[in-house]
Amino acid sequence: MSNSGNTHVVSAELHPPLHAHEEHSFWRKYIFSTDHKVIGIQYGLTSLIFLFFGFTLMMIMRWQLAYPGQAVPIIGRLLGDDRAPDGVILPEFYNQLGAMHGTIMVFLGVVPLAVGAFGNYVMPLQIGAPDMAFPKLNMTSYWVYFTGGVVMLASFFVPGGAANSGWTSYPPLSDIATMGQTMWLIGMVFLITSSLLGSVNFIVTILQLRTKGLSFMRLPFFVWAQFVTSFLLLLAFPPLEAAGVLQLMDRVAGTSFFLPSGLVVSGQPLPNTGGGSPLLWQHLFWFLAHPEVYVLILPALGIVAEVIANNTRKPLWGYKSLVYAAVFLGFMSFIVWAHHMFLTGMGTAISAFFQTTTMIISIPSVIILSALFISLYGASIRFNTPMLFALAFLPMFGIGGLTGLPLGLATSDIALHDTYYVIGHFHYVVAPGTIFGLFAGIYYWYPKVTGKTMNETLGKIHFWGSFVCMNFIFFPMLIQGLAGVSRRLYDGGQQYAHAQGVLHLNVVMSVAAWVMALFQLFFIVNFFLSLKTGKKAETNHWHATTLEWSAAPTPPVPHGNFVTIPEVYRGPYEYSVPGHAKDFTPQNELVKA
Amino acid sequence: MDIPYTIQPRQETGLFNAKMGIWLFLASEVMLFGALFTTYILLRVGSPEWPRGELDIPLATANTAILITSSITMVMAWASLMMKKFGRFRLYLGATILLGVAFLVLKGFEYAHHFQTGEIPSKNTFFGIYFTLTGLHGLHVIGGLIVNSYFWSFGSKMWKTQPDRFTNRIEVAGLYWHFVDLVWIFLFPVLYLL
Repeated sequence: MSNSGNTHVVSAELHPPLHAHEEHSFWRKYIFSTDHKVIGIQYGLTSLIFLFFGFTLMMIMRWQLAYPGQAVPIIGRLLGDDRAPDGVILPEFYNQLGAMHGTIMVFLGVVPLAVGAFGNYVMPLQIGAPDMAFPKLNMTSYWVYFTGGVVMLASFFVPGGAANSGWTSYPPLSDIATMGQTMWLIGMVFLITSSLLGSVNFIVTILQLRTKGLSFMRLPFFVWAQFVTSFLLLLAFPPLEAAGVLQLMDRVAGTSFFLPSGLVVSGQPLPNTGGGSPLLWQHLFWFLAHPEVYVLILPALGIVAEVIANNTRKPLWGYKSLVYAAVFLGFMSFIVWAHHMFLTGMGTAISAFFQTTTMIISIPSVIILSALFISLYGASIRFNTPMLFALAFLPMFGIGGLTGLPLGLATSDIALHDTYYVIGHFHYVVAPGTIFGLFAGIYYWYPKVTGKTMNETLGKIHFWGSFVCMNFIFFPMLIQGLAGVSRRLYDGGQQYAHAQGVLHLNVVMSVAAWVMALFQLFFIVNFFLSLKTGKKAETNHWHATTLEWSAAPTPPVPHGNFVTIPEVYRGPYEYSVPGHAKDFTPQNELVKA
Repeated sequence: MDIPYTIQPRQETGLFNAKMGIWLFLASEVMLFGALFTTYILLRVGSPEWPRGELDIPLATANTAILITSSITMVMAWASLMMKKFGRFRLYLGATILLGVAFLVLKGFEYAHHFQTGEIPSKNTFFGIYFTLTGLHGLHVIGGLIVNSYFWSFGSKMWKTQPDRFTNRIEVAGLYWHFVDLVWIFLFPVLYLL
């Protein structure tokens, strides 16, 4: 005891600023840390576990869709008799899987990874800040998210199982659903609170803690993406919280906010007085959930922009257009929500309005994607694993975006609404789109976080396997959807005459999903093995220009990030500047012309 | 390493961190209550009849006066700190807390009366939204009371070590308290008078 105490005093005298915080106990250092980097890692690991869990739910669903009525192999018997007697999935359990797959992937997996993990870890480093503006709030945000996740997981074990009304929780079904729905609502209140604390923290950090010389038009595009995302989270989530409170009142206090008069359930009239409106929920829900789409996309676009600029060794083409497009996108995302509701009979005038705004919002998306594509032109590209994921993101997100257009037009949406086409569309945006962007981010910043490099061969196997499988999973969905197969069928469409011609695709998609799971093993092994056996990373491993690589040590200093806070002299992507000795000029480098 | 602008404002924004943070938080709160007020409007215009005159207007008027007064004392508490008068600050903040408690006590009587006469949230959509809106507002009042009580007691130790930072904290708590007051100013006419 006294010995270690002595050593500590000595080292503290030698390097006072670096070692001043080393006295933290294990709990303060790794569990209840206020260091944004530790919190970022906590968010990252937790959300990766949730992503894996959500993926597992989907793999069980895919068995039921490919081989309806047959016992799930291996894990079927473990599911329990009230979920899957003799391993055969009950319709009620299938609905739980569907609702919770969506909820977990969106609210517990992708957003916490994109914003909580990458935003938390990278953004303060990129703006030259010693930490987030409110470190304690940051820690609280993580633990509130964690609690929300535990509530969601626990809901599988209450009577009647987890929420089973879809991730959208449409009433009146959700109002009269089993107890799992109440847990879902309580879980959501935690998640919304967490994202509120996080988004306030992000915006204040970006506005207040930028280092000297880092003006807005010198911010890396990733920071801009996080900035716009935070505003969406800040302003779009509260209406869902309001809706959640109202639905909770409906379920717990017997009010009728979302229940129309004279509702009869299973032959019995409901005791509620009625007078409410189920459509009200849809409006409040989509007021959040459409901006949420951009919450899912923007951080990934930010990551992809960083990786592309770095690996093309060129400045991003049209940086300013990218920034303005992202801001415009954020603004527009608040006035397109009812394109999810064309079939509710809102009236042609309102449909026409939302159809128009929806077409308008595709413009900034196209600007961003085009700018990233043009950035590739004439470049001598380094094809490393992060770049492969970033490159694949572009066409995949492109397919996702373009397949959205027929859904944004009220007329064609009538045929496509609630079919597998919708599932195919938004999964193209989020799975080979956003999640590929996030993988690019993991491979790109892993050396920064751990000080070790990841194995390129394993990374490339992971990439090509995932890339091929993704398309075998999601493209057939578009085909099935065009044939009119509804998205929520428990048997994958076996009983429907019009689905017979495309039924064989169910097996293709399911096998592709399971094979893709196998390819994720290469990632998991790589992730942990590289910690032990990975080569030591250089400080500026990718020869990047942004501050997290050029100014912060690898890995960064705990509590403070930098040995000395850097000053910025130039824009974020000064690659291959003619006349300079190196092909990259870091933002904090003062170079003679 | 210390985080900059916790006490002094940053020049470009003119705000210290916490003040910007609370404004953003309040923007989010506007969206929360905005959604609930929207719900109120949609439910009311969509219903064939809407109950009127079922709430206790004199009691609510008294409560409105109480909350407005508490907003004034909150400003005085902050102003006292700006004038370095810690004793007066404690007096004013104490008054703010007591007024907040008085509001909740009156509200409690009102709730109790409704419950006794069977006017519970499930009676009709009007009482549903009434209890949701005032209940959520009540939770905000309780939250404000907890924060203010902390600054009145243990939290006020900071005055001795970092007076500027403590003054900032009271300003931020005050902004929140004014917002809670403002929500009530909207709730009172919407629920009781219209």
